[in-house]
Amino acid sequence: MADDVWILGASMIKFGRLPDKDLLDISSEAALGALADAGASMADIEILAVGNQFEPLGGVGQQLQKQIGQTGIPVYNVTNACATGASALRIVSMAIKAGEAEMGLAVGAEKMGKARLGGGGATAGKAVYERHGRSGAVMSTEGVLGTDFMPGVFAQAGMEYAHHHDGVGFEQFARVAEKNHAHSSLNPLAQYQKVFSLDEVMGSPMMSYPNTLLMCCPTGDGSAAVVVVSGEKLETLDPDVRRRAVKVSASVLTTDPWVDGGHQQPDVNTLTRNAADKAYEQAGVDPQDLDLVELHDCFATAELVHYDNLRLCEPGGAGDFIDSRGPWRDGRIPVNVSGGLISKGHPIAATGVANVYEIVTHLRGEAGDRQIEGATVGLAHVIGLGSTCAVHILEKAVA
Amino acid sequence: MGERISVVDYLVLEDGDPYVVANACSGCGATYFERRNACARCFGASFERRRMASTGTVRSYTIVYRAAPEVHVPFVSAIVELDGGGVLKANIRDVEPVPEAIRLGMPVVLTTFVAGTDDDGTEAVAFGYSPARTAREAGPEGVASGARAPVAQEQGNDG
Repeated sequence: MADDVWILGASMIKFGRLPDKDLLDISSEAALGALADAGASMADIEILAVGNQFEPLGGVGQQLQKQIGQTGIPVYNVTNACATGASALRIVSMAIKAGEAEMGLAVGAEKMGKARLGGGGATAGKAVYERHGRSGAVMSTEGVLGTDFMPGVFAQAGMEYAHHHDGVGFEQFARVAEKNHAHSSLNPLAQYQKVFSLDEVMGSPMMSYPNTLLMCCPTGDGSAAVVVVSGEKLETLDPDVRRRAVKVSASVLTTDPWVDGGHQQPDVNTLTRNAADKAYEQAGVDPQDLDLVELHDCFATAELVHYDNLRLCEPGGAGDFIDSRGPWRDGRIPVNVSGGLISKGHPIAATGVANVYEIVTHLRGEAGDRQIEGATVGLAHVIGLGSTCAVHILEKAVA
Repeated sequence: MGERISVVDYLVLEDGDPYVVANACSGCGATYFERRNACARCFGASFERRRMASTGTVRSYTIVYRAAPEVHVPFVSAIVELDGGGVLKANIRDVEPVPEAIRLGMPVVLTTFVAGTDDDGTEAVAFGYSPARTAREAGPEGVASGARAPVAQEQGNDG
């Protein structure tokens, strides 16, 4: 037990568009919330990792310290695409595991503003073709040589699965979004909390077939934080604090190994499978033992392939799994009972901490209307293109 | 009429029929359509140019309806497995951009098109893939018949 790593406190703010709060407001709010939840203060924290993707000048960790406590501890600023928040947690966990800190704080925060699809290659002035970059491109190749935009990249990931597995198509992908929108109606912290019928999901504007608008995560602002503690330190804490601690049974980070064509279409499967397998082994947990899963449903097509990658269904059986309502909150393995990225929202760096918050809250029995009764073990998964995958398995245990 | 330039350096226009070339690892044969310092698979640092097949099959696709203003939509983006190895992302051309017109696994053949013209009049030539026509389908309607022939029975499902 003494060698274990535990989540002592967890917090997230309601995701959404928060024009009146800046990045430091929302990161402070989550950080202070997690500290209060842990019954701790910055005086107890020996390492801070702060995830943020879009702040151009960086140094958000040090800026955050100015708001919540400048104690001279080491700070790591973390950027790892959609796996940023989970990477911050992973860094704090490693420091504790290594014995360099007894208690640490991991924060993920993002301000995204409104959606924009920009990124095209339009230039002002006289334009003469010149080769640029490692493919010698003379222009933006978006729409010329396929798509690199996320709705399409993840659509292609889903359609590849459809190619290899019968009974997977537009309707199965749409059912994923139908489920997550329904789940979010019970989550007061979700950016959206509206139920949509399958017809409404399939009939909403097509973004990148088969992903319609309601099958894509929104942009938004948000933050989440967790306080992490060593088992040894935990044993010295107040029983009421100990009782709510949640064990980190597995913490795994992987990147994408080489596959043919991986630089043309990212392989989101292999690194997820590698991370999941390692996490199950580390935790001594079987996928069928999971009471709930928060996985990276940036698009409905992504969630479906991860049923298979995380071994939640029979090999090749992701279509059957959603058709039989397996991942609904009353199904075999509830998936994204928070509403998922599709409806809870996806402020990039906050996501990997927020999904851990969700699992922790259920394992503590504190999830209110959306509580999965009797939950004792859960899994949180994120993937950031580039690519990075993080899997955490959390367990309710007696400290 | 000005010069022509390929939109990416791995499309070769000046050697008869257009084709794509890869940087192939001399050690393990892994192919890259971009410059690499070393091979991501075997770490070898020596590469050779390899002419790739102009035929392949559709591994996956999406139809993009929403994009930045300068991007013409809808268009079909596909991942194509080239015959003999290698994987490329490109547009599927000469089909209606509707799911019914595209079949996962369908054979395709390289085609080229002008993607833009710069202020010197130089044309940027890109490549895409058209449905491969069988002898029977290659009737007087030309490539358009290829769009209708291999209709998928069900959306997103190659049966």
